[in-house]
Order: sequence, then C-alpha cells, then structure tokens
Amino acid sequence: MTTITMDLSNTRSRDLQLPPDAVVPPKIDARGVNFFYGTAHVLHDINLSIPEKQVTALIGPSGCGKSTFLRSLNRMNDIIPGARAEGVIEIDGRNVNDPGVDVVQLRRRVGMVFQKSNPFPKSIYENVAYGLRIGGLHHRASMDEIVEKSLRRAALWEEVKDRLGASASALSGGQQQRLCIARALAVNPEILLMDEPASALDPIATQKIEELIYELKDNYTIVIVTHNMQQAARVSDRTAFFMLGRLVEYSETKTIFMNPREQMTEDYVTGRFG
Amino acid sequence: MSVAQPLIAMPATARSRALKDRLLVGLLGFSILLTLGILVVILGVVAVRGAGQISWTFLTQPPREGLTGGGIYPAIVGTAALVLLMTIVAVPFGVATAVYLHEYTPREGPRLAWGRYAASKGQKGRVALFRRVLSAGLATIVRSAVANLAGVPSIVFGLFGLGFFIQFVGRALDRWTQPPGEIVWGQGSLIWAAMTLALLTLPTVIVATEEALRTVPPEQREASLALGATRWETIRRIVLPASLPGILTGAILGVSRGAGEVAPILFTGAAYYLPFLPHHVTDQFMHLGYHVLILSTQSPDVDATEPLLYGTVFVLLGLTFLLNLTGVLIRSRTRARLGGR
Repeated sequence: MTTITMDLSNTRSRDLQLPPDAVVPPKIDARGVNFFYGTAHVLHDINLSIPEKQVTALIGPSGCGKSTFLRSLNRMNDIIPGARAEGVIEIDGRNVNDPGVDVVQLRRRVGMVFQKSNPFPKSIYENVAYGLRIGGLHHRASMDEIVEKSLRRAALWEEVKDRLGASASALSGGQQQRLCIARALAVNPEILLMDEPASALDPIATQKIEELIYELKDNYTIVIVTHNMQQAARVSDRTAFFMLGRLVEYSETKTIFMNPREQMTEDYVTGRFG
Repeated sequence: MSVAQPLIAMPATARSRALKDRLLVGLLGFSILLTLGILVVILGVVAVRGAGQISWTFLTQPPREGLTGGGIYPAIVGTAALVLLMTIVAVPFGVATAVYLHEYTPREGPRLAWGRYAASKGQKGRVALFRRVLSAGLATIVRSAVANLAGVPSIVFGLFGLGFFIQFVGRALDRWTQPPGEIVWGQGSLIWAAMTLALLTLPTVIVATEEALRTVPPEQREASLALGATRWETIRRIVLPASLPGILTGAILGVSRGAGEVAPILFTGAAYYLPFLPHHVTDQFMHLGYHVLILSTQSPDVDATEPLLYGTVFVLLGLTFLLNLTGVLIRSRTRARLGGR
C-alpha cells in the first residue's frame, strides 16, 4: 500500500492574488466571478487562478459558495432555475461563460465527480463506456481498451476485471465512487472537478480515493471541494478558503495551514469555528 | 383464549380504548375478507360455469343459429386487433407527453416561476425566466386536462369518437380520397374505435409514466449531463431505461382497462354480428365485451345462450388476466436486468 507523502519541501510562498507564474498561464483563470440564485448573491467577485496538473482544494463552511464555484467551472449550474453567473472564467484562455461555448464540449473537457456516488443502473462496463458511447465511439476493441485503462487509472480494475458485466449497484460505496471517477476519466478530460468525493465513505475507502487523487494529478488538473481539513492538507497543492461567498485567502496549502495571512483562515483550519 | 391478568388494574378509559382498538382491527380484517370473498365468488362462478364451454369449436367458430350456438372466434380476433391498435396509438403518445411534462417543463410550478421572474427586475436573462413561467403554466394546464380526462365517463368518450373521428375526420377523409357517395372512413371501424379507446387509456399511461420518471434520481441525470450528454441523450439512455418497468406497468394497466371497455366502442365500430374477420382498419369488428352485452340482452332463447355467455366472459377474463400476467413478467425481468432496483 502506498502512503501519501506531502512534498512541500520545494514550494515557496507567492502572492497568490496574482497569476502564480508569469511564464506558464493558469489552466483555469476566474476573474470577477459573481453568482446569483434568483436574488440571492452567493459568490462575490471571486478571483482565482488554478495551475495545471496540480490539486487545488476549496474549503470553507457549508453554504460558503465553494460548491457553486466548482459547478460553475463546467456550467453545471445551468440546470438550476434562476441561476446566473457574471464575470469571466477562462479555461486555457477561453471564457466558459461565453454564449458561443458548447456546454457539451466543455463538460467533456471538464469532468466531474459528485459527493454521492451516482453510478447508472447499468453494468460496470457500461457505466465507464457511457461517455464514449454518447461521444460516438462504436469500435468494440478501442472501447474495451479505454474502459480497462480508465478502470486501472481509477484503481478499480483489479477488483472488477472478472465481473465487468455485473451491475454497478453491487459494488461497495467506495468502489462505486471509484467507478464514477473511472467513468469521468474515460472521456479523457483535462480537468477533474470533485465535490466532496469522499464525504460519504469510510476511512479506508477515503484513503483509497486520496491516493488516487495523488496519482491522478500527474495527468489532470484537479479541483476538489472538501469539508475535511486533513484531507485538504494531505492531497492538495493549493488551497482556497471561502467564507460567506467570498474568497478569503488562496495560497499554497502549506501556507494556508501553517502560516495563514488572515485570522479567519487560521480560526477555520484550526477548527475554532465552522 | 385466556386473558392475562394485568399487573395494575386498567382504568376504565384505557380498557375502552383497547376495546375500540380491537374492534377497528376486526373491521379492517372483515373488509379484506369481504373484498376477497367477492372476487372469489365472481371468479369462481365464471370459472365453474364458463370453463366447461371452452372447446376448439367455441374458440375457432363464429356464432351461429341467432346467438344460440357456435363460437366467439371473430370476437377474440376483433378484441386482439383493437387492443393492439389502441396500444400502438396510446403508449407512444402517452409516454411522449409524460416525458415532455416531467423532463422539459420547469419543476417549480407557475407561481414560483412567476415570483422568480418578478424578482428579477432589471437583470439580464429575464426572457428565459419569462419563458419558464409560460412553460410551467402550460404544464399545469396539461396536467389538469389529463386529470379531468381520466374522470370523463367512458360513454362520453364513445360519443366523442362518433362525433369527432367518424363524423368529422372520417367524413373529411372520404371527401378527399373517395369518389362522391362512397363511404370508407366515415363509418364505425376498427381504427376509430382504437383511437377512441386510446384517448381513454391516455391519462393512465401519462400519469404512470410521469410517476416512473419521478423515481429516477436527479443525481443520475446530473452524472450524465456532466459527462457531456445532451438532455435528450440523458433521457434516452438513462432516464427511460431506468423507468421502463414503471412505464410498462402503467401501459399494461391502461391497456387492460381499455380492453374490457364496451361503452367507447358502442358507436365507433363494434358489430353486433359479423361472420368474417376484419381485414382492414376501416372494417367493423366483433368484440368480446360487446358480445357479452349482446348475448345477455338480445338473445331469442335465453336458456340456449346462457352457457355461451359464461364461456365468453371466461375468455374475456382470461385474456385480461393473461395481459396482466405478461406485464408482471416483463416488469420483473426488466427489474432483474437493471440490478434489483
């Protein structure tokens, strides 16, 4: 079993309201994002740059807007009546809120894993193949290959390779969540959004998901919402702290947990409230 | 039965409450027995007196000797053809309506949608909110129309079928397609009777399908959308397959109710007596339910007809039962395939 080690030795503090690196543009760049549910103003002027192939954690008390922000990255908020976004969210320099953006294409590039594992009532194989099928792939051999690769990447292959035809609902909660990750990986996204992916899982299943996140960041840009401070500290490179719809502090994870700039951040991460 | 001595003497109110409780349970049990009893008596009488009538001749011969002999073959074929046609019309329309109502109209209802619209003064995207208000209003109107349709007496459906399908649609078709004076579509026939029955079963199919769609968790729709599926792909590949058992149940319930209805087909195509089978959708047809009515009211010799009557009722009940059984089997097989949901 691999253990998670945090490599914080070569990180350095930066002023994080600025783009983290002038040479490498950020993968996701949010500028002046405001969000409304009807008349409720739930995100206030969020500015956040997320670097490529790193794990960025969004933390904060319930209702602080972190999930709303996450869901606005692949425009999953579109399906909520009365929801309205203002501001710019650029992914690779392209504003996702542009009227010309095809959300179907956007969501294939920006995969998502939800809090409650939500496999389809289909077989394990068909769950992973779903995104490929709607994408128009019919070639059986390449389908098999991608399904296997995705399940391997989600660290589930060894457990299910002999029963790919079995129903996904027969899997345990942790396996179901890894299946959902495999399903998201199968369409080959560049960004993976995770909305409290381990909050409904036991500690062992949680550890597996965390190990997985650690491995996935070699290939994917990951944004994770979590309520679990230790989890944020363990898996993420950078952490953003949200409070009442505002971004309070965004920095290297080490800085947020060891030496935060704001008193509010320190109170939250040390468990004094929230 | 021995009554255990209570440790503490029960006060009078507690004793009367306990008595009332036992009385109520007794009443509930009695009502169950009564329901079961009625069912057993009906089925028993029909089975005992009807089963003996079933023979190869009875099932494969037309009626003879002025309803006192022969069989019911044309009525069986006519009923089957009618039910089939009706299913082909009612199920796709009903499912499509329910899918539109549940998947494409706003969940919040017109009042809430209006509230959102009114509160959005001066904001961008108000047009979309107003469209939601209209859409929610339309959904409410359609839903109450469906509910009212379900409450219309079946004889009224029959009159409607006569007035609309035969007199209006049928006559118009004849004017356009037939030489003057020829009547092909503008009379009672299989197609118009099936259409009328389809209208009757539509509410059942719509309500049951919407109920089935409601059981599909919203998380699965979200998961599909998040994978880059369009709304229609999500409906076709996730929502409809997951709700198929419920849709089938509703469809079969509706169809088996329609199969036994007589009133809607009285004026729209059921024939008193036809020695031949319908060959075309514009032909008249015999029907088991209508045949029961004819046998019991129009026979010249009541004693000679009575066994035929029991036999016909037996076949009608048997067919309905078979239909329901098929439904249950399909449903349980689909459930098993979907993994015990």
